[in-house]
Order: sequence, then structure tokens, then C-alpha cells
Amino acid sequence: MSESTTTCDEHGPPPDLEAQPVIVEVRNVNKAYLRGSHIIPVLQDINFDIREGEFLALMGPSGSGKSTLLNLIAGIDKVDSGTIVIGGVDITALGETELAHWRATHVGFIFQFYNLIPVLTAYENVELPLQLTGLTRAERREHVEMALSVVNLAHRMDHYPSQLSGGEQQRVAIARAVVTDPTILVADEPTGDLDRASAKEIMSLMCRLSRESGKTIIMVTHDPKAAEAAQVIRHLDKGYLNHANS
Amino acid sequence: MRTLKLLIRNAFRHKLRTGLTILGITIAILAFGMLRTMVNAWYAGVEASSANRLVIRNSISLVFPLPLAYKDKIRQVSGVTLVSWGNWFGGVYIEEKNFFPNFAVDPRSFLALYPEYIIPDLQRASFLNDRKGAVAGRKVAEKFGWKVGDTVTLKGTIFPGNWEFTIRAIYRGKDRSVDETQFFFHWDYLNETIKKTAARRADQAGYYIIGIANPNLAGEVSTTIDAAFKNSLAETLTETEKAFQMSFVSMTEAILIAIQLVSIVIIVIIMAVVANTMAMTARERIGEYAVFKTLGFGGWFIAGLIFGESLVISLAGTAIGIGLTFPVAAAFADYLGTYFPIFFVERQTIFMDIAAGTLVGIVAALFPTWRAVRIRIADGLRRIG
Repeated sequence: MSESTTTCDEHGPPPDLEAQPVIVEVRNVNKAYLRGSHIIPVLQDINFDIREGEFLALMGPSGSGKSTLLNLIAGIDKVDSGTIVIGGVDITALGETELAHWRATHVGFIFQFYNLIPVLTAYENVELPLQLTGLTRAERREHVEMALSVVNLAHRMDHYPSQLSGGEQQRVAIARAVVTDPTILVADEPTGDLDRASAKEIMSLMCRLSRESGKTIIMVTHDPKAAEAAQVIRHLDKGYLNHANS
Repeated sequence: MRTLKLLIRNAFRHKLRTGLTILGITIAILAFGMLRTMVNAWYAGVEASSANRLVIRNSISLVFPLPLAYKDKIRQVSGVTLVSWGNWFGGVYIEEKNFFPNFAVDPRSFLALYPEYIIPDLQRASFLNDRKGAVAGRKVAEKFGWKVGDTVTLKGTIFPGNWEFTIRAIYRGKDRSVDETQFFFHWDYLNETIKKTAARRADQAGYYIIGIANPNLAGEVSTTIDAAFKNSLAETLTETEKAFQMSFVSMTEAILIAIQLVSIVIIVIIMAVVANTMAMTARERIGEYAVFKTLGFGGWFIAGLIFGESLVISLAGTAIGIGLTFPVAAAFADYLGTYFPIFFVERQTIFMDIAAGTLVGIVAALFPTWRAVRIRIADGLRRIG
């Protein structure tokens, strides 16, 4: 495990991870895809823990399995074998419906291409995950406005994604990810589609979420600069977690 | 509410594609509605017939007459309350294109048998007292600009010569299912005139129409009447008014079946068009559906989005199609009123339009929904970017 100096220090000191409880336990995870008649192993015997409040960067070359691992932890893909326990829940044992419900309440997603719904305004996009909760309209409004103000976009809430820049869209996506106050935030190449300035802005926001709000963040990235923000960096190569680099 | 907003915005995301699809549905629903209305118009006479009336005609063919003397014997049959008779006159007004149905009738019994023809009392009395008087339907009077008191000359085709009538009354139907394009005059006027010109054809009725007390006894009364004239020179065929009208419709049954088939084919074609639109839409939005699933929305929500969008599009087209059916039907009725005297859009047709539009929306969404719900989130997300 390589612990790098971070650019997040301006947002507060890093948490003492040794004092934090383990929130994600990945045990003996294997995953393979079938391509025609060939079985392509993507992840092999992956084992590691993530502690509460940890900002983890998963790095590795293309095809190393980092996005697949992120998808497995986020509950949007299924392991072939092994277990993933998050907040005491073995998500590999959950059915589709239970898993959907679990995702809605425990995971916030940030994607490379923002994945906002183009026909909904920034406000409506952020409100989407709250529609699965029992909150009233007034309570939802309060949460959405809070989330948009965290990303400094409260003044753009009535704008559609097409009316926002890439960086602004990603900030809306971050607001959508945090609006339900999830257990973990997963980010797949969150700066991959952004220019350097916007990428820096997004990473600063991620740092704030990590340091000021104590969010547990798991981020896949190719970008070493972005990875520097993380407290922990793990490398994947050809489906194996490279413990030598840990 | 949010979901409804999402459906509507999604539906109009590709304005040209959605617009063209809605246009297609509109035309299909309009065509479907018009064809159904045409079929209904064909059956209008059948639908308007009364269960209390029977029609007696020559058993060989309607073109052969029956002796007037039959009326007294028919009147004696148990269950018969009223006997009327008449002839198809077949006159034309000025030129042959001005065709409308015209009949020589026994006026008192005829009006008693047809209470659905509404005539003001004064006009009725005036008509009954004038042997050369005639009653015109509201529509035919409007078409030719006739007013009460006008003299009208018809050129006889079956009974040659120029026949002069005075319009004494104008009837309207008690509801819109009643044909208002007919013209009636005194049978006596016809009979007395042809006595002078073609005596051999006098005292002959083209048909009898009788009123019966109990519609349940129609079969029994018919059998009794036909038996009474068995082995006579003019044997009779007695049937309900509905069966009589139906015999005309059945002559063109093949056309009607073809029209009905075409109306179904239209719906199937538009179903394929909407299905194609929805398949394209769903394919383009697979990534978005994956995002919804990622956020915790289930398959039912995705299905609701696709079905909802499909229904928004199909019902929008249906609503416009229905809205256009009324003025188009009215224009059609004006233009072809002679051939389709009762031509209006029935409520049942509107219900069928709505059912067809809904069916199109649902069927078109089935396959795209099946695909979208089944796709793995990771695969769906991979389509983005």
C-alpha cells in the first residue's frame, strides 16, 4: 500500500485510518467474462479492506479490472466467487431488488461522463435518488438545495445539463451522489472527461467531501495527479491487486 | 408528477421523429375512424330498424309487387296492429345526379308506424289533407332549398312522367340515427295516376309494412302471413325490418369485410411504426436506463418510462386523430350524403380509436422494455461516452 502525500491537506488533516472501523471487506473475489467461447479472467483472488473515511484510488492500466472491481463494490455487477461486505451487509448475497434498494441508500455514484439525465434540470437530476426515499417534497427540496450549495451550483439549479460546462455537470453529478448521504462514494474516472482546470476543481471537491464530511470514497483513475488526492492508492494489474505497491 | 414530466420531455426529445410518428398515428387513427364510421353507416338502416315492424314482400323478388287486396287479409292475422304499404318510386329531381330515396306510402298508417319521423302537427295535417302533398326529410329539403309550400317536380324512372308534388311537411329524425334524406308522398296519388296511364300496374303495392304488438311473436306472425298466401300468384316473404335491411347490406358484405380488414391492417402497420420508434428510442437510452438502475430504480420504473413514453406518443396521435375525425366525417357526410344518409362518428368508434391507440402504445413498448429491463447495468453504462 503506498500512502502518498495528498493535495487535500488544505481541507483538513487526513483521518487516522488505523482508528477507523473497516467499512468494506473484499474477500477472495474472482470475476471473469465470457467472450465467445473464451473465459477471460478479469479479477483474481482480490482481498482488501477499506476503512471508514478512507479516500482510496484504484489505479492500473486499461483492462486491469479496476472498473470491474468498482462495479462489484458498488453492487452493479455480481462476483463469480468471494464476498464483499459493506457496512456489515454481504452484498454478494443480495437479490436484484434488495441490491437496488441497497444501492439507493448506501452508494453514491460519480461517472466519467457525468450521466445526468438531459431532460431534467440540475435540481431534478439531484432530486432523482431522493424519489426512492420517503421524504416529502419540502424535505427533498431542502436536501437538493443543500447538495447543490455544497458543489457551489445552487444558482444553476434550473439549468439543463446542456446549459452547463463539463465541470459543472460533474459537480451536479457529485451533488446527486451525495444527496442521499450514502455510506460510500464510488467514482469512475471522475476527471477523465474534463480539462485540467475543471479536473482540479472536481478533485478539490472530492477532497472536501473526504476531509470535511468524512466520506468514504473509492475512485478509479488513470490520472496520477487525481490519484495524489487519495489517502490510499492501490494498483491493479491483469486482474491482480498489486500488494507490492500497497 | 415528476415521472409524468419526464415521460413528456422524453417523448419530445427528438421532435422531428416524434412529430412524424405522431403524424403517422394521427393519419392511421383518422383512417381507422373513418372506415369504422363507413361500416356503421352501411349498417345504419339495420340499426335504425324497429323490432315492432315486419316487412312483407314478394317471395320471388322485391321488384315484383303484391296485390293491394292482401292488406285486409294481413290485417286479420293475430298480432298485427297496423298495416301500411308503399312503393319505391325512384324519381329524380331535375337530373339523375340528384338522387334521393322517395316512396309512395299510405300516409296515415305510415306515419303511425314511424314515430321517429318528427313532423309539426300543422304540417302533418296539411300533408294528410293534400293528395299531392309530400313530406321531405330535413337534409334533402336543405340540400335543394325546399320550403313548405314549394312545388317540386320529380321525373319518374319506374313510373314514367313528370310528377308534381307540394311540400307540405319537412320531417326531422327523433335522433341522429334516423335518415333525413327521404321523401314520401300519397300512394293514392301514384295509384290513381297510373290507373289512367298503365292500368295493369295499378292496385299493386311494392311492399307491406306491418306493426306487431309483440316483437317476440314476429316469427309466428311471419309464418302465418306467408302461409296465408302460399300457392297464390304472389307468394309473400315476411321478415323483420332488421332482416329486410340486412338483406341489402349482405349484398355488399364482401366489401364490408374488406373495409374492416383494411382498418385492422392500418392499426398493425402503425403498430410497427411506433414499435420501430420505441426500439430506436430505447436503444439510444440504454445508458440512461442503466443510470436509473444504478441509482436504485427497479425494472418496473424502466418499464414505466418506456411504456409511458410509448403511450404518450400513441395517445397524442390518437387524440389528434379523433379530433380530426369529426370535421372530416362531417365533410364526408356533406359530400356523399346521398349514399350515406346517416354518417356520423359513433361513440363506440371513439372508444375503438382509444383502444387501438392504447394497444399500439403497449405493444410497441413490449420488446424495447424487455431489452432495457434485462440489460446488465455495467453493459448499459459501457454504452455511454
